[in-house]
Amino acid sequence: MTTQTAQAACKADDGQPLLSVQDLKIRIQMDNGVMQAVDGVDFEIKKGKTLGLVGESGCGKSLTSRAIIGINPKECETTGVIKYDLASEGSASDPIDLLSLDPKGKRIRSIRGNKIAMIFQEPMTAFSPMYTIGNQMVEMIRIHRTKNKKEAKKIALEMLGKVGISDQEKRFDQYPHEFSGGMRQRAMIAMALSCNPELLIADEPTTALDVTIQAQVLELMQSLQREFGMAILLVTHDLGIIAEMCDEVAVMYLGKIVEQAPVREIFYNPKHPYTKGLLKSMPRLGGEKSVRLDSIEGSVPMPIDMPPMCGFYERCTDRIEGVCNARSVPKTRISDDHSVRCFLYSDQQRGEAQ
Amino acid sequence: MSKPILDVVSLNKSFEVKSKKTLWGKPTRVQVLQDISFQLYEGETLSIVGESGCGKTTLGRCIVKGISASSGEVNYMTEEGDTVDFLKLKGKEAKKLRKDIQMIFQDPYSSLSPRMSVFDIIAEPLVANFKLKKSEIEEKVAEIASQTGLNVSYLRRYPHAFSGGQRQRIAIARALIMQPRLIVCDEAVSALDVSIQAQIINLLKDLQESFKITYIFISHDLSIVQNISDRVAVMHLGKVVELAPSEAMFSRPLHPYTEALMSAVPQPDPERKKDRIILEGEVPNPANPPSGCHFHPRCAYRTDKCVQQVPELREVDNGHFSACHYAGELNLKGVQANEAKRA
Ligand SMILES: Nc1ncnc2c1ncn2[C@@H]1O[C@H](COP(=O)(O)OP(=O)(O)OP(=O)(O)O)[C@@H](O)[C@H]1O
Ligand SMILES: Nc1ncnc2c1ncn2[C@@H]1O[C@H](COP(=O)(O)OP(=O)(O)OP(=O)(O)O)[C@@H](O)[C@H]1O
Ligand SMILES: [Mg+2]
Ligand SMILES: [Mg+2]
Repeated sequence: MTTQTAQAACKADDGQPLLSVQDLKIRIQMDNGVMQAVDGVDFEIKKGKTLGLVGESGCGKSLTSRAIIGINPKECETTGVIKYDLASEGSASDPIDLLSLDPKGKRIRSIRGNKIAMIFQEPMTAFSPMYTIGNQMVEMIRIHRTKNKKEAKKIALEMLGKVGISDQEKRFDQYPHEFSGGMRQRAMIAMALSCNPELLIADEPTTALDVTIQAQVLELMQSLQREFGMAILLVTHDLGIIAEMCDEVAVMYLGKIVEQAPVREIFYNPKHPYTKGLLKSMPRLGGEKSVRLDSIEGSVPMPIDMPPMCGFYERCTDRIEGVCNARSVPKTRISDDHSVRCFLYSDQQRGEAQ
Repeated sequence: MSKPILDVVSLNKSFEVKSKKTLWGKPTRVQVLQDISFQLYEGETLSIVGESGCGKTTLGRCIVKGISASSGEVNYMTEEGDTVDFLKLKGKEAKKLRKDIQMIFQDPYSSLSPRMSVFDIIAEPLVANFKLKKSEIEEKVAEIASQTGLNVSYLRRYPHAFSGGQRQRIAIARALIMQPRLIVCDEAVSALDVSIQAQIINLLKDLQESFKITYIFISHDLSIVQNISDRVAVMHLGKVVELAPSEAMFSRPLHPYTEALMSAVPQPDPERKKDRIILEGEVPNPANPPSGCHFHPRCAYRTDKCVQQVPELREVDNGHFSACHYAGELNLKGVQANEAKRA
């Protein structure tokens, strides 16, 4: 994505990206054909930066996130390149391709949880109902940070406190079902952050949190980012959180990134009709009851045997018949750091991106 | 206003908490709901907001009787106009009334059976309660699926093959298919992107208009709460601390905790200056609540009175209740009508 001009414009952070995802594709075999659930996704994240990933429910955000650490179920046939920079390990500077690693092997397991931690969309997938929260946290910390049991417990208790759980000693010995929904979510966040990851993948991390605790948790992530240069891939549908947390935003629709730009551009200069529709649907504080919320008309098609065309075609108010439904949409660069997949912009002078 | 469909009187709930360290000692009881009373009118939407862990889900589950309350009454007015205490019902009668009240659970992942196809999950309440032909069931399921934005051709798959937001819509479809009189929606739209969220909220409102459905809407998303509610209840550590018509609550909150909540909503504008009230101090511990007003350790306006005396929930304005000693005296900041609008 970075052009020479953009590189020149960057200052301190123009090193290699920590994570670089290239042409990621995920296919799933279904009864009636092959579903192209993720269809050629590219993005990169630098150390200390936050990339937001937003998009229609079911567009492939979680599949993409989980592909990075290789934990999608086996029916998900995944291709592409996921480069991760292990420079901090002192190894040669060539990043490794996480996709080429054996998903059950030692190498990926040592990266997962230690260098890359993930906060799952549904907390119950992260915890076993059979063991106490404390037990599960300590086990995780002992694998990745310290063998010492006492020290691991100390770290766990401290992290629970940081995510706003009071009476940690007692909570430590409780089972997941004895926590409220938001407390489970926070315990999972505490577990993910307790190993000081280089890259945090946060899939809808605060959906169950009230706004004051949410603010506290987001602040905690930002402070780890400042202190250790943690990079964050933040999947969320909450555009308020995107606005507060992200440097860059990628908007996904039906398995593809349809627009990508710095956060300010996305809010003030959105290009793709889907991005515009999202911003319009956003409920805003200060609105009135009885006002009908805007939503984007129509529904998402199934990405099975889709002819080459724009996935948003059926719902788009600006579509051009014979163009948008006749070819696959190339990526167009609006400016150095703003790209969009939409024919409305593809004939502009700036030319097409690679 | 219309007649109350639900009258909750002094509801209490406590859980027994065993600690490893007290294996030989007595388990402690933690009071999670404290003396909750409110009325719910037919066809209205009452939203419940509050701190994570304050007891919202527990309250919802006590009402639909997923768990039994420790004490109190949940008086329910049946369609025929009889009043029954929902908590005392047993057996057949309970089963009959239960289909009038549905709950959409906070965590769709654990509330959907992994071994049933999604079609069967959505159809199950129909199959269990009515004698319908297969074709009728298929028709109803298809209708509700498309209303909730689920692709009908997906429905033969199992829950694990759906995304988080799709699973949430499965739970919504399952609750709506019964056309219940009262639905407790527990963070029911929290995993949906804003466009589908809008579609679901509009659907809930349409159904309310057509069938007079009553909603208890538990959510932390205040912009949605503002859009959907007639009244709002704010909970803090097991108690209702403020209850008011939605407009009054947002324009003029009467409890400092409500003010803090409203100030902390992230604004969808990268250039907006943040002006939020950071709550200092620890999140309170329900096993050992602070003296006086439970909110006092984190309240910027506290006085000695707040440390010593427990404030009662009292009516300060018409229909506007607050449990703050200084309700009405403090000049608290709400949300301006057009504050969030961009130029
Ligand atoms: N194991 C699976 N088998 C079949 N289909 C699957 C499987 N996992 C995911 N899918 C499908 O792939 C698509 C993308 O799913 P994904 O979970 O990545 O969506 P998402 O963008 O995270 O959505 P949400 O915002 O609702 O969480 C969805 O349509 C989903 O139904
Ligand atoms: N089965 C249980 N056993 C013991 N304690 C429980 C149980 N269920 C809930 N609790 C406790 O009751 C309190 C309230 O939980 P509840 O789930 O009602 O909170 P909530 O308001 O819904 O929070 P959230 O917004 O995080 O979902 C919490 O302290 C929780 O730990
Ligand atoms: Mg997801
Ligand atoms: Mg809850």
